[in-house]
Amino acid sequence: MVREEWGRLVALLLTQFRRLDLVEDALGDAVEAASRTWPADGVPANPAGWLMTAAKRRVVDRLRTEAVAARKHPLLLTDAERHQEATRTMADSGSVVEDDVLRLVLMCAHPALAPESASALSLRLVLGVPTADIARLFLVPEPTMAARITRAKKRIVGAGIPFAVPDASALPGRLDTVAQTTYLAFTAGYAPGTGPDLLRAELSGEAIRLTRVVLGLRPDEPALVALLALMLLQHSRRDARVRDGRLVLLADQDRTRWHRDEVAEANRLLAAPCLAGPLTPLTASYVLQGRIAAEHATVASAEQTRWDRIVGLYDLLLQVAPSPSARLARAVAVAEDRGAAAGLAALEGLEIPDSHRPAAVRAELLSRAGETDAARAAYDQAIAACRNDVERAFLVGQREALG
Amino acid sequence: MKYLVLLIGDGAEKPWLEQTEAEQMAAMTKFGEFDAACAARDGVELLAGEALGDSSDATVMRTTGGQVQLTDGPYAEVIEGMGGFYLLEAPDLDVVVELLRLLPPYDIQIHPTVEVTP
Repeated sequence: MVREEWGRLVALLLTQFRRLDLVEDALGDAVEAASRTWPADGVPANPAGWLMTAAKRRVVDRLRTEAVAARKHPLLLTDAERHQEATRTMADSGSVVEDDVLRLVLMCAHPALAPESASALSLRLVLGVPTADIARLFLVPEPTMAARITRAKKRIVGAGIPFAVPDASALPGRLDTVAQTTYLAFTAGYAPGTGPDLLRAELSGEAIRLTRVVLGLRPDEPALVALLALMLLQHSRRDARVRDGRLVLLADQDRTRWHRDEVAEANRLLAAPCLAGPLTPLTASYVLQGRIAAEHATVASAEQTRWDRIVGLYDLLLQVAPSPSARLARAVAVAEDRGAAAGLAALEGLEIPDSHRPAAVRAELLSRAGETDAARAAYDQAIAACRNDVERAFLVGQREALG
Repeated sequence: MKYLVLLIGDGAEKPWLEQTEAEQMAAMTKFGEFDAACAARDGVELLAGEALGDSSDATVMRTTGGQVQLTDGPYAEVIEGMGGFYLLEAPDLDVVVELLRLLPPYDIQIHPTVEVTP
């Protein structure tokens, strides 16, 4: 119950008190009090209302203490204040649903915050994910994450980042930032071979929950619909990605362990009418990555994969959002579709700074093409550049298997 | 809130002295539009704004042990390239950014001021 209601309670408390520095602590105290008294006294008829009242009382207590100390605190800027002081002449407020939780989401994912801070703050304030879990997700010590979240909250007040919904012309751009922030939290849990993988994959799932919360407020928002589909497809493989603490490649995964319900939902989302029209480059890139993932998710075995279609989708992706990693993935697909020589040609001139992956793929394709000496040299290059223990061990094994 | 807006570099805008007369006119028009938009917006007030002179005419003042020293440098790197500034009262950062989009595409630093209350 608490996790479901957390964001709404934070938003309501912020609307009333505008004190970002007090609200979260007060709500935390209220939840703690509930965990002590509810088991003994029974759960109240209106749990959210109980928590709200308890949290309010704590904020008021703090304000009273401060009033004695007579210190002035900076306040969060809210819609209400803006409407009093500043009628937004360019705003078309009639067409925008003003919702407390949406204001909270937009504040946490403001472009003036560093993306990683915005990600962490969204998980903390909107979803109530404990700081210790957020720290585990982003692979930093808990005190570091606590400090990062505190800094982000200070910056929101200090820089004048509003607790408000922007006018309709600016909203789509801001929702794109929300999508990017969310996807960052999602991908943080999937860094290969680092940390206790399965647990982090579970934490990644919080990003899916965040997207569902925002979609509840802005249904049919193309960037969020496409992002949810993409994340569901990737997340559906979580139980098959790791075996005995080792990463399992897509082709070798036990497909019966993929979550079929999530794949089905993602396919429905990808077919949604809101994705049929012209899309922003960001949304289009999510849709195309989602379609690629869906190609894998909807065939019964790795052998049946339609690599020709996947190459076509990568071609489109490279037009919308060119990146070296997309080119690399396309080269792998080309090799599967048309053979190692074609894949090697597609790799021509591709380099990713500080990454061993292009060399590792080149080595694999050279080995398939029977060019053992060249493959060995490419493996050496990849092993030298690889900084992940699990992956390096895999590469060393491949090199030895060349004989 | 009050914001000090520093125009810290030419950014995507061609340097003033390399601009044709027509380009300079167009830039001036943008400054005029910015002034007008600030004046038209409730809750926004342009408190001050000036273009800066050549940085070679600037003076650095340092006080060491009660002795004032004046030199013509070294200047802080960012300030050396700074073309001008505004002091702006605005409800929040989003409003400031929305208004500043009317200016030529300079590199800009937006710095909130601190309200000192006795």
